[in-house]
Amino acid sequence: MERPFAITLGVGSSLANHTGSWRVEHPEYLHRMPPCNKACPAGENIQNWLYIAEDGSYEAAWNELIKENPFPAVMGRVCYHPCQTACNRGELDEAVGINSVERFLGDYAIEHGWEIAPPTKESGFKVLVIGAGPAGLSAAYHLRRAGHAVVIKDATHAPGGMMRYGIPKYRLPREILDAEIARIAKMGVQIQLNTRVDDVHDELEAFDAVFLAIGAQLSKRAYIPAGESARILDAISVLHDVENGTPPLLGRKVVVYGGGNTAMDVARTAKRLGAEEAIVVYRRTRDKAPANDLEVTEALEEGILIKWLSTVNHVDGGKLTVEKMQLDESGFPQPTGEFEDLEADSLILALGQEVDFSLLGNSADLDVVNGTMPVDSTMMTTHPGIFAGGDMIPAERTVTTSIGHGKKAARNIDAWLQGKSIEVNLEKTPVTINDLNTWYYTDAPHAVRERLEASRRVSDFSEVVKGLDESTALYEARRCMSCGNCFECDNCFGVCPDNAIKKLGPGLGYEIDLDYCKGCGICVSECPASAIQMFPDN
Amino acid sequence: MTTTPLKFYQIGSFAVGNRLVTADERSTQSDADRTNALTSGHRACQGCGEALGARYALDTAMRAAKDQIIAVNATGCLEVFSTPYPESSWRIAWLHSLFGNAPAVASGVAAALKAKGRTDIRVVGQGGDGATVDIGFGALSGMFERNDDVLYICYDNEAYMNTGVQRSGATPPAARTATTQAVGSAPGNVFGQGKFLPRIAMAHEIPYVATASIADLRDLEAKVTKAMEYRGARYIHILVPCPLGWGSASCDTIKIARLATQSGLFPLFEAVNGEMITSTPIRKKVDVEEYLKLQGRYSHLFSPKRNDEVINHLQRMADKNIERYNLMGDM
Ligand SMILES: Cc1ncc(C[n+]2csc(CCOP(=O)(O)OP(=O)(O)O)c2C)c(N)n1
Ligand code: SF4
Ligand SMILES: [Mg+2]
Repeated sequence: MERPFAITLGVGSSLANHTGSWRVEHPEYLHRMPPCNKACPAGENIQNWLYIAEDGSYEAAWNELIKENPFPAVMGRVCYHPCQTACNRGELDEAVGINSVERFLGDYAIEHGWEIAPPTKESGFKVLVIGAGPAGLSAAYHLRRAGHAVVIKDATHAPGGMMRYGIPKYRLPREILDAEIARIAKMGVQIQLNTRVDDVHDELEAFDAVFLAIGAQLSKRAYIPAGESARILDAISVLHDVENGTPPLLGRKVVVYGGGNTAMDVARTAKRLGAEEAIVVYRRTRDKAPANDLEVTEALEEGILIKWLSTVNHVDGGKLTVEKMQLDESGFPQPTGEFEDLEADSLILALGQEVDFSLLGNSADLDVVNGTMPVDSTMMTTHPGIFAGGDMIPAERTVTTSIGHGKKAARNIDAWLQGKSIEVNLEKTPVTINDLNTWYYTDAPHAVRERLEASRRVSDFSEVVKGLDESTALYEARRCMSCGNCFECDNCFGVCPDNAIKKLGPGLGYEIDLDYCKGCGICVSECPASAIQMFPDN
Repeated sequence: MTTTPLKFYQIGSFAVGNRLVTADERSTQSDADRTNALTSGHRACQGCGEALGARYALDTAMRAAKDQIIAVNATGCLEVFSTPYPESSWRIAWLHSLFGNAPAVASGVAAALKAKGRTDIRVVGQGGDGATVDIGFGALSGMFERNDDVLYICYDNEAYMNTGVQRSGATPPAARTATTQAVGSAPGNVFGQGKFLPRIAMAHEIPYVATASIADLRDLEAKVTKAMEYRGARYIHILVPCPLGWGSASCDTIKIARLATQSGLFPLFEAVNGEMITSTPIRKKVDVEEYLKLQGRYSHLFSPKRNDEVINHLQRMADKNIERYNLMGDM
């Protein structure tokens, strides 16, 4: 080719120069474990459904959410949200209001009548679930999704278990609970009410597998010296009777004995039933009480008095004696010999619950240890094909934990029926705040959910905590920092001095062009979410 | 601030883009089809701030001038790493003459375009700090004085990097360079010498002067866009950390640029007709030490013995900037 004077080479582009050969390390996009997901007892992929919700795709977000948990509207009200305690944003300003967004999605789904499609293929297997509480319903839902025929049997006359008979209406309105249960039933799950199972072994012929989720329904008793006219009730039956529309007579002054969530719930219920005074007596201190902090705070706001470090010593006709306690060096409460009299028309015991094992029938093949039923890592009891979960197995007793059990059991039952084993998720370490480049996150305080004024609350059973409206829920979702997972902020694409990152388009993320990536690592440092990491080249 | 902050989208205006932001609100750099005025395969070191700064600035200028741009480049790293004969990384009409004459050549190109009636084609002059504040300074001052229709951009990496990190008039006090070794009683570059060209440019009362940083992309893009709206002489001074010359990790380039502005050592502001009109407030204030300790060129301030006197002196310089340019935003 003819070239101008003194020119020997034709012009070329530097694209011919593959600077990727300089590299000793290369970046890779990752999906890391966000702390919220890790903390979720139901194993929700919170980061992901928040991400989907962020552009207003609420239906898709809801669908992603219910892959793990069919009760978003219930969760958004009763879950104690360990995800928010774990949320990295808490280190920056305040945790993302995950629970309020979950409730928003749940309510939105109910409002819009979104449903869950029944399975497209029937497996031919039949599974019995005993107990229509959170664990049972969750298991039934997941089993049905997997194509199994599911029957739930429950002794009571309405499904929901502790969600109905343990959690008062002002925390969980029944139309919400009913709507989310109805959706599960509509998938083809048969719920047989008023059906008590007397011996689980009798069911084994008709079903290929059984999931036990009978909860812990028996109130624990304590020996308290009492006079003849003492009125002593147990918390579970009080809540049960209130739910059934036959509230017991409690009198003007009510004392509740116990320091758990049930104690708070029953005291708050007593107030709503017209008690002038409701006092909670608990033998240890507030920080030692098993009740969730939120419940204690709301109870105090409603005028419930709490006597920490006190035990009930004696009850009789309108009066009750408590003894002050003192913590010893090892943190145990010890009597002090100091007494105080309280007026009390009734005493409600909320000292914890026990499992009623009578339905198992008399069989030695199902182990019971310390009042609960041990299960293996697949949720199976000592009897092959019988699985168990919820409050009856040794674990934390919350609705969310039970829902998690239901899911885990369902996946294992599914695998067991098909003679497969499921891969155990490797324990991934969660992304910490130090992994993130928080410079990039805008300062944004979290949106507070409105609460009913305390004085108005105690007058009836209306719901205490309000939901967020759409724009606030959207704002809240967008506060998520997307820990460990790309949210398409374009930073990596922008900051590469070698243009070695390709932007693939909405929802598709990015790709590293290894021909040109020199391995400087700027994309890794400037990724807000810690979704890229360097790995050595070999 | 030059930019209007974006409404809250997780990352607001801080990151390069965001899938939630509408197309017209997006930065040039977030565009999958951006010009890439400086394309891949260039031979800049790993983590080069200058390569990044040049692409940021020129892509924006291209967008503003509808791709009608001629760039005139002084000798220096940017020129050398982009055009080893016969390869070129430029996807823009690009011209190189000498180390010291880029502003004059740019003036000439502008004059020629004017003579041809092609004022739709815009001229950008560019060079390193050596080319700009030292050897090309006379030519640049003349370009300013005549108010020639050129946007001149200085990529300030605070030394003559291309020839092996020699001190320039933009090298900060105490920094070690090949010619200001960290030895003797006053190690590193001396205090009280050198110059801050943006202020000298302002003294020429040219239409537009601004400082910018590769750590604040939206601010940088807004300033280049604004500069392109003016005719006449315009000057933008961009801080571009150099991992090799500054002795920093290649992955820290942007972080260091950010710490330079957040400590107050490198103020971000803009001036119209010689008067400062805005400055970008510090968002998360840090002590100069945070900035210094990531850089080998300042390591003699921390070991073998900590030199508080010098560190404090540098802190006072930062504090003075904060006051002078109103960087805490209490104007
Ligand atoms: C008249 C002249 N003197 C010296 C040189 C050698 N030289 C080439 S680039 C350079 C330094 C460039 O420094 P700077 O302008 O700051 O750009 P950088 O390389 O740091 O980006 C020098 C001294 C030259 N090319 N011409
Ligand atoms: S910021 Fe988002 S991803 Fe990170 S922990 Fe909180 S909710 Fe989860
Ligand atoms: Mg230089």
